[in-house]
Amino acid sequence: MSSYSITEPSPRSKWIAGILVVSYALITLIPLVWIIATGFKSSSDSIAYPPKVFFEPTLEGYVNLFTRQTRATPEQLAATPPTTWYEQIVHDNGMVISGPSRFGERFMNSVIIGFGSTFLSVFLGTLAAYAFSRYRIPLKDDLMFFILSTRMMPPIAVAIPIFLMFRAAGLSDTHAGMILLYTAVNLSLAVWLLKGFIDEIPREYEEAALIDGYTRFQAFVKVVLPQAATGIASTAIFCLIFAWNEYAFAVLLTSGTAQTAPPFIPTIIGVGGRDWPAVAAGATLFLVPVMVFTILLRKHLLRGITFGAVRK
Amino acid sequence: MAEIIIRNLRKEFGSFTAVEGSSFKIEDGEFFMLLGPSGCGKTTTLRMIAGLELPSSGEIYIDGEECGRKPASQRDIAFVFQMFALYPHMNVRRNISYPLASQGMGRAEIRAKVEEVARILGITDILDRSVGGLSGGDRQRVALGRAIVRNPKCFLMDEPLGALDAEFREHMAEELRALHDRMGATTVYVTHDQLEAMQMGDKIVVMNHGVVEQFGAPQDIYDKPATLFVASFIGSPPMNFLRFHGKLAPGATEVALHHSRFAIPAARAPFEGDMVLGVRPEHVHLSDTSSYRARVLATEYLGTTQIVTLQTQDGQIKARLASDQVARVNEQVGLDFTDSTITLFDAQTGHALRSELNEGVLAHG
Repeated sequence: MSSYSITEPSPRSKWIAGILVVSYALITLIPLVWIIATGFKSSSDSIAYPPKVFFEPTLEGYVNLFTRQTRATPEQLAATPPTTWYEQIVHDNGMVISGPSRFGERFMNSVIIGFGSTFLSVFLGTLAAYAFSRYRIPLKDDLMFFILSTRMMPPIAVAIPIFLMFRAAGLSDTHAGMILLYTAVNLSLAVWLLKGFIDEIPREYEEAALIDGYTRFQAFVKVVLPQAATGIASTAIFCLIFAWNEYAFAVLLTSGTAQTAPPFIPTIIGVGGRDWPAVAAGATLFLVPVMVFTILLRKHLLRGITFGAVRK
Repeated sequence: MAEIIIRNLRKEFGSFTAVEGSSFKIEDGEFFMLLGPSGCGKTTTLRMIAGLELPSSGEIYIDGEECGRKPASQRDIAFVFQMFALYPHMNVRRNISYPLASQGMGRAEIRAKVEEVARILGITDILDRSVGGLSGGDRQRVALGRAIVRNPKCFLMDEPLGALDAEFREHMAEELRALHDRMGATTVYVTHDQLEAMQMGDKIVVMNHGVVEQFGAPQDIYDKPATLFVASFIGSPPMNFLRFHGKLAPGATEVALHHSRFAIPAARAPFEGDMVLGVRPEHVHLSDTSSYRARVLATEYLGTTQIVTLQTQDGQIKARLASDQVARVNEQVGLDFTDSTITLFDAQTGHALRSELNEGVLAHG
């Protein structure tokens, strides 16, 4: 008879669980693989039917993503022989590069607005959460509910008033305006999440620091913040994902200077609607920062808050 | 080192009064116990001395200086928490050196001090370990190290042995007392454990419902309780109470319970009404000649002594007798008390009546 354990699953259930996990992973990864692959296809391969799984990879999509091009006559083409590999790719299509595209700028806008609003949300959120967690605040519960209530309807429901307010305040199509907006939307989440984490940190740590001769602020910075690192990291990831991926407000409130990548990427497709590889290349690059950020903070996400120095 | 004077200290949380007009004095170098059941205000009192709570009114003098409103960081005191509160993101060495770092002390000096403290506490070999993996006793020692490293004016300890298992607690209690005797530092120690308080304290304050019930040396508190609460809280089993109605003239040396007369320490003030006669179990004796009869209900053998539960006309009482004395269940016996140890209480207010026995203690209590 095989030995029976209450902590170790049976080999059969391990197999079933394994198959379920792998199939789920495959299903969720297929679109991602599709996008990444399309970025390396030629324009005609990208719309081939039946779809091509095996294809000759090309960087055409990425070159198109980063450059502006104009059609040239055969004489002009002959007069300007390509000097670099990307000029060669463009040249083969009967085009010449007339300058860089706006993708770089739009991508930078996303970085500035995404990380800016994440920083602001987490900074303000930590201070507010600490105050709510530690001080006797009049109407504390009502205030916390009010903060939560700002998320009770989809933010886009108030798009028109916000549009009018932004126009009146001169915030339309500005970095500051978008940072402010995303911070406003994220702040309630940040306060609630962080308050939960800070509530879990025993007050005795700060009291010990106060008695050890530190001020309240020093105790907060040196004792509470390191303990709250896990909470701060996960809150930051949530805030960044929202601000990074936000599309509706970005379409509505930005058009040029402060336009972020999400509304810009679809416009790459061009007049003929043929340049799917460039769109896919843009989408692929757009995934990278959130992924890197999450991987960098992964350590904090997995680590427990305390190591048992306070017995519960 | 310092003496601490508490005057009319009061703390309210909303409509709840946690501490009600406490006053007592802690002498320089004393090991001082704040004793009481949970919720009696002892921890709140300690936290006010530390500066972790602001008093609603009243004064706290540490070393002659009024500091009831001063922030904790400026009081130069050390606090040992029940749950130790070691900083989990720092190793043992950094935990102990943390109070020194706040004073801007140099690195070499900090290192030397930490090593010295570690030697005193016997934790030199764990200095570079993280605090997470330490045993309860080692955590306790690290917490003590963090307290003594700075030479503060006084130590405040909030049930520091509460988180340790029973076996180890005794050992740590001895270690703590030895450490105190070696350093001679004023120590205020909060506990709900009367044995711990008696065992370690030079002086004890007994609190209940935010009120100081009695303040004095362990022997005085045990032998001459000022209130019914103190008499029943201290001692295991607690003091026996026999209720009766009677009249007491100044100088009276006898009371009558159901026609039996008991000698008492001479009364100092007249009293008439409901009274309670209090006698410790070890002062109850079996006596064939006594007219005050009782029936044996149960006996518990404790090695050198036994606890005998007796049913009298005035309720159950317990006697602590030598274990070789024969007491059979359901047997009728006569009872006698050691007269000089009897305390009488006013049944209404719970306060002890003044007598030859306790007048010295009650005068300044």
